[in-house]
Amino acid sequence: MERKVITMLDDFFVRAVLAGSMLALVAGPLGCFVVWRRMAYFGDTIAHAALLGVALALLFNLNITAGVFAVAVLVSLLLIVVQRRAGLSSDALLGILSHSTLAVGLVIVSFLTWVRVDLVGFLFGDILAVSKEDLLIIAIGGALILAVLGWFWRPMLAATLSVELAEAEGQRPELMRVILMVLLALVIAIAMKLVGILLITSLLVIPAASARRLSASPEQMALIAALFGVVAVWGGMAMSLNFDTPSGPSIVVGALILFLITLIVPANLFGRDVADGGLPHD
Amino acid sequence: METRELIRLSDVSVRSGDRVRVDHVNLSISRGQIVTLIGPNGSGKSTTAKVVTGVLQPTSGDVLRKPGLVIGYVPQKLSIDHALPMSVLRLMQLTGRYSHQDVMKALDAVGIADLARRDVQSLSGGQFQRALLARALVRNPDLLVLDEPVQGVDFSGETQIYELIGRIKHERDCGILLISHDLHVVMAETDNVICLNKHVCCTGAPEQVMQSSEYLSLFGPHSERTLALYNHHHDHEHMPDGSVAHDGHAHGAEGHHHA
Repeated sequence: MERKVITMLDDFFVRAVLAGSMLALVAGPLGCFVVWRRMAYFGDTIAHAALLGVALALLFNLNITAGVFAVAVLVSLLLIVVQRRAGLSSDALLGILSHSTLAVGLVIVSFLTWVRVDLVGFLFGDILAVSKEDLLIIAIGGALILAVLGWFWRPMLAATLSVELAEAEGQRPELMRVILMVLLALVIAIAMKLVGILLITSLLVIPAASARRLSASPEQMALIAALFGVVAVWGGMAMSLNFDTPSGPSIVVGALILFLITLIVPANLFGRDVADGGLPHD
Repeated sequence: METRELIRLSDVSVRSGDRVRVDHVNLSISRGQIVTLIGPNGSGKSTTAKVVTGVLQPTSGDVLRKPGLVIGYVPQKLSIDHALPMSVLRLMQLTGRYSHQDVMKALDAVGIADLARRDVQSLSGGQFQRALLARALVRNPDLLVLDEPVQGVDFSGETQIYELIGRIKHERDCGILLISHDLHVVMAETDNVICLNKHVCCTGAPEQVMQSSEYLSLFGPHSERTLALYNHHHDHEHMPDGSVAHDGHAHGAEGHHHA
């Protein structure tokens, strides 16, 4: 049995589906916070900064995932510090950082004539090239993210709802925000290889947004988002296999189709009437 | 500290940079007591409240807290994003776990037990403030800190909420710090008023404070009308048959000085 599982992992398609599913399970709950806190643009910025991480890692011959994670964390912390001082709206700051980190990354990569850089792979991902080692990194990173998220779930939610309230009742909402940013940096670092820098945020945002209308509580929304993410990965991979479409974008298209379906399905199918925000019919 | 005293601020000052936010403030809250902080915008009410809740450390002065003091807090402004599915029941568990029985008891105490399963986004202003109050109550707090608890509530709703706060004080025997930028109906339930403008301008029982020259100079000619309204309203409360027409009249007086 064990041998059978291991030989299954020799199949690149199985590895791809497994990696994608694990990522989706993590991205769903984390993506809920991105949606609740309106951090979609922030996620995009960190993802773009990932290319700078790739460039620096190649330049100094470091592990790429580690390089991406380090740069992503640095940029998030930089944002927090600059936000307090610059007197600019965070929207403008994100606009500056998002595109300048991407541009600087691209410029550095263009100097690296001695390494062959698969730029398209970094930008759009190459889930079919996932190795067993990558799988292990995704499994460990994903488990770590879920563990931290589960452990801090309640204070993180309280911090999302009201910093003031959480503070007054003895919690540390600022710390929760930093933890959330580090988790985002981590998920981006492990997701880059699968769906690429330009599509990562969609895996965070779209399943969570799709789950909203069908959920009656934050916890339910996190679970449904994780489930939707997995379905999107399977659908996208099936599409990729049958029509020979690029897998990263196909997964995002899968997520989009799911989202569109949730718009059509009447929300009270699940016992809730969202139109008047009313009572569940139980 | 006396046995019923919950918190005492002695000579507390808070500065950020060279800006003075509050200056030499003294304040004490005991069980069964409602202390109201009033003052214009930027007078340091919220800063003082933050020192009470422990969010801010004073630059100078002392804060004495009863050991193990549990605080329940109702923030001034809270809007819950529509993207966040949140029922009243779930809101109650925001900063801790409480049994369903305790949650329902708290909701019942503020009169919205029937709304337990509703989404918070679908509540009216008054219902939402009651839900926030219940959320603070379920913690079984020694001290309630209420920062402008009638935001987005209409006039008659305001009175009801202040009456509710007065009832909570009696039933739970907790201390309450109430923050308000105007007087209105606050006074009816208040034991002690602290009029703040960076420093404590005047302090005492509501009637006393309203007659003090410091108070009148701080709130200007507007305060006399507020005072009139207050007395007016107070008369009505004590009439044997407080009819709707009287309430309407009070409302009219309110509208009048805006015109």
